Amino acid sequence: MKIRILALFAVLMMGAALPAFAQGTAREPSVADEMAIQSLLTGNPVHGRITIPDQRAANLIQPQGREWREFHNVTLAWVGGIAVVGMLAILTVFRMVRGRIPIEGGRSGRTIQRFNVFERGNHWMVASCFIILALSGLNLTFGRHVLLPLVGPVAFTEISHWGKMAHNFLAFPFTLGLVFMLLLWIKDNIPNGTDIRWLKAGGGLVGHGEPESGRFNAGQKGIFWITVLGGAAVAVSGYMLVFPFFFTDIQGMQLSHIVHSIIAVLMIAVMVAHIYIGTVGMDGAVEAMTTGQVDLNWAKQHHNLWVEEEMAKGRGAAPPASAKAAGAD
Amino acid sequence: MARMKFLLDSDRCIECNACVTACKNENEVPWGINRRRVVTLNDGKPGERSVSMACMHCTDAPCAAVCPVSCFYTTADAIVLHDKDLCIGCGYCFYACPFGAPQYPRIGNFGSRGKMDKCTYCAGGPQADNSEAEFIQYGANRIAEGKLPLCAEMCSTKALLAGDGEVIAQIYRERVQRRGYGAGAWGWRTAYRETVAI
Repeated sequence: MKIRILALFAVLMMGAALPAFAQGTAREPSVADEMAIQSLLTGNPVHGRITIPDQRAANLIQPQGREWREFHNVTLAWVGGIAVVGMLAILTVFRMVRGRIPIEGGRSGRTIQRFNVFERGNHWMVASCFIILALSGLNLTFGRHVLLPLVGPVAFTEISHWGKMAHNFLAFPFTLGLVFMLLLWIKDNIPNGTDIRWLKAGGGLVGHGEPESGRFNAGQKGIFWITVLGGAAVAVSGYMLVFPFFFTDIQGMQLSHIVHSIIAVLMIAVMVAHIYIGTVGMDGAVEAMTTGQVDLNWAKQHHNLWVEEEMAKGRGAAPPASAKAAGAD
Repeated sequence: MARMKFLLDSDRCIECNACVTACKNENEVPWGINRRRVVTLNDGKPGERSVSMACMHCTDAPCAAVCPVSCFYTTADAIVLHDKDLCIGCGYCFYACPFGAPQYPRIGNFGSRGKMDKCTYCAGGPQADNSEAEFIQYGANRIAEGKLPLCAEMCSTKALLAGDGEVIAQIYRERVQRRGYGAGAWGWRTAYRETVAI
């Protein structure tokens, strides 16, 4: 807005100042000048004709570059910084107040299969890609202020270069893993009435008493949908960026970057919490994604409805053909 | 020290593209990279106007502000240069630049743009002045030889002026006063946050 007012001011000034010196030979500004001024006033690019093959060069001035700069240097830095550092602060407070969430009644010694090998493998493919994508992405915004002073320009360029390459290529296994996640877990992530009760009860994170929950509680369903939908948005906008100007023009590229980076920093903040509660924050949780076998008491505490369902499956299952009646030997 | 600027008097530019050719030749710029270009507005219609545009060596340059690896630097003459050995070819400077000045050797799928290249104001780069390494990476260093950028030197109508901002603004001001009209200094408001008051 400020730029437009300045431009308008300059136009008025030009219009007012020129005739004074024109001494009767004043000419109206050319149509092209007026068009260019109109474009700048409305914040649109000044576009013309060019005789070289690169048609992007026909954009004479694109004022949106400034807005994108403002976004990249100010908005993104603040949103990203507050999201990630804020989440770390929340987790620190949570840890001090609540401590590590124990298994009520201790471990039973009996386990139940929570995730099979394909689910775990896929989870770790997505997770490892995400961590590298997140670090190399954060590096593009914050590395210059955080890492560059520590390692010096040559090493920082090397790190950023390999980070960029990793970012561009790991996008593909990451997206593939998201598709698998969607197919594997969507049936257990449809929101239902249990989720409302779980949320009303604070999910057992605040206060006492763990609300009822199926295979995934409302918090986990939230993580699932943030991963799938946020991941889809990040993937689509990311592919726009990795094939520059193939799908869109300069403003589309800027918009892709804005969508990509804002959703990405918010996802990073969410995943920091996910990593915390899945590892050091909760006793018995990490086994779900390492061995796939969780302690039965942990499962009953956090996913009682799911345990009942699994147990019912076992009770209702037909015995194998080779099974013999007890005491038949 | 001087504050080096470009000033394009679009009332004089005849779209001869000599500046483009001079730049290409002097700096041996590879195919596909155009450090300078001429854009024609309202082509073929009354009031057609051509503008020769390159890096304007902005005050508080947007490219330098957004560069993730901080590879830009400004010389004592306020010329905006960059270090190709540090550039990672991310393309951010092109998104931020109002003038479309940054160029890349390739289209850049999968981040393969290569090192960014742009107008150096014929001032080379961070390598030793007029060394072979500097020429290969950045082209000529006429500034070190006490000369101005060749595009402006070659301009047949002197539509394109290069030099200290105060001096070229004064030349332009006198022109406009003598002939009685002027479209203003192209891009100055965007690049230098000022315009030439007549």
